[in-house]
Amino acid sequence: MVRFLEQFINGLSVGSVYALIALGYTMVYGIARMINFAHGDIIMVGAYVLYVCKSIIGLPSIVSVIVTIVFCSLLGITIEKIAYKPLRKAPSLAVLITAIGMSFLLQALSLLIFGANPITFPSVIKVSPIYIGSITISGITIITFVVTFICMIGLTYFVNNTKAGSAMRAASEDKPAAELMGINVNRTISMVFAIGSALAGVAGFLYISQYQSLMPTLGALPGIKAFVAAVLGGIGSIPGAMLGGIMLGVIESLSKAYISTQLADAIVFGILVIVLIVKPSGLLGKNSIEKV
Amino acid sequence: MALLEVKNLGINFGGLRAVDGVNLTIEEGQLYGLIGPNGAGKTTVFNLLTGVYKPTSGTIRLDNESIVGKSSSQICQTGIARTFQNIRLFNNMTVLENVKAAFHNEFKYSLLASLLHSKSFSSGEKEMDKRALDLLKVFGLDIYADEYACNLSYGAQRKLEIARALATNPKLLLLDEPAAGMNPQETSELMDTIRLIRERFHVTILLIEHDMKLVSGICEEILVLNFGTELAKGTPDEVLNNPEVITAYLGEE
Repeated sequence: MVRFLEQFINGLSVGSVYALIALGYTMVYGIARMINFAHGDIIMVGAYVLYVCKSIIGLPSIVSVIVTIVFCSLLGITIEKIAYKPLRKAPSLAVLITAIGMSFLLQALSLLIFGANPITFPSVIKVSPIYIGSITISGITIITFVVTFICMIGLTYFVNNTKAGSAMRAASEDKPAAELMGINVNRTISMVFAIGSALAGVAGFLYISQYQSLMPTLGALPGIKAFVAAVLGGIGSIPGAMLGGIMLGVIESLSKAYISTQLADAIVFGILVIVLIVKPSGLLGKNSIEKV
Repeated sequence: MALLEVKNLGINFGGLRAVDGVNLTIEEGQLYGLIGPNGAGKTTVFNLLTGVYKPTSGTIRLDNESIVGKSSSQICQTGIARTFQNIRLFNNMTVLENVKAAFHNEFKYSLLASLLHSKSFSSGEKEMDKRALDLLKVFGLDIYADEYACNLSYGAQRKLEIARALATNPKLLLLDEPAAGMNPQETSELMDTIRLIRERFHVTILLIEHDMKLVSGICEEILVLNFGTELAKGTPDEVLNNPEVITAYLGEE
């Protein structure tokens, strides 16, 4: 029982990181109708920026984390401006290929700057673990819960209750109509990329605190899993991304503990296939019915 | 001085001259009608006026300021709002949220203020809710404020589109076939509503319509388009008795 609870908590923690990343995929898809495959690599960039700030420049941890988030956010806006905005009216396949190219570009740049060898980077989180009965919850897990919880509540509030959030929802439904109602759609899209990438920056910080080893490809796997989480929850749906991420983390963690470590990923992706067969729009996605 | 002054407006789509040499002068407070057979270029004129298309030739001036080349959102901010022939509401937002989304430029508070939930934010939000409800009340939609827009009846959706357009605080309101799909009873109610909003919101109205009863009933002046060019212009009586207009609508004898 103790083992089960520990694994479950572990899964929630991994899952909430997936959820943070999935939010970026889903928000960008919601407004720009594209899968931003470079999103996972923003996590990697975030991890490296944190490393540079903390270990090379020697900034205090909290400052390093803030710099990381701001840097990722600006990177997101820049990528959108130079790579995706010129393709706003291009076929979706062109945008998809550009996103994959952008992903390779980011990986190659960090390979060029930091080399291929993994760099060990001790966690910046120094929080002592909590013991509840015989269950141990590590400091990193606690911080992960607190941070992701704040991010998700904040984002939900932002999207549902602020003017900018309502502009976002309006633009994601009908861009031309939103533009004709005086909403600056380009600025709104920039904002979505900024928020999504900032969340990826947060995820980068949490992810690297857990795994403590830097590689240019470190963003690829969490990126692809978070994409699966976003599709599982229903792409375009913000609560869907949160639910999908957390479910994915728990399933992965429990399969690792009880079935097989090697099979965990296969199980995760297998579940995606089953969900897509049964409910192609994802768990919380809307079935779109074409009116004829 | 005229509120809207359009001179020699034209646009090409490839080799097709969709609109050619259209002149239009609308005085402040006027109710102007734009009619013509299907494919005459009426909605294209609306799209040119609202910046959806960039004109190939001609000038558009609102309040003596050129709006050619501005983006749709900038044109909306200078004072032109519109509705759509095929309803384009934000379906997954509530009726109230639809109206509030169009208040976008009216209420300015910074992003920081909204995140910190400051006084300017909460008072701005309250003011916005109140204004939106007042606006909905004019159209009898306030009872549906928390309903999703897609759940409204067809007629109510059309009204909500007009309410949303008015929320942008326009000087000129463009209505694209507001009576499409309405029965005679609803159409006559709509005529009253259009007259009412002109008086209440001091807004000038340009409308596209097929329903001749509606057009001749409320418009003071009418422009008839055919194949993208002006066919006739004048008061409803003049225009509807013009033999060329009758030919264009009903064919040659």
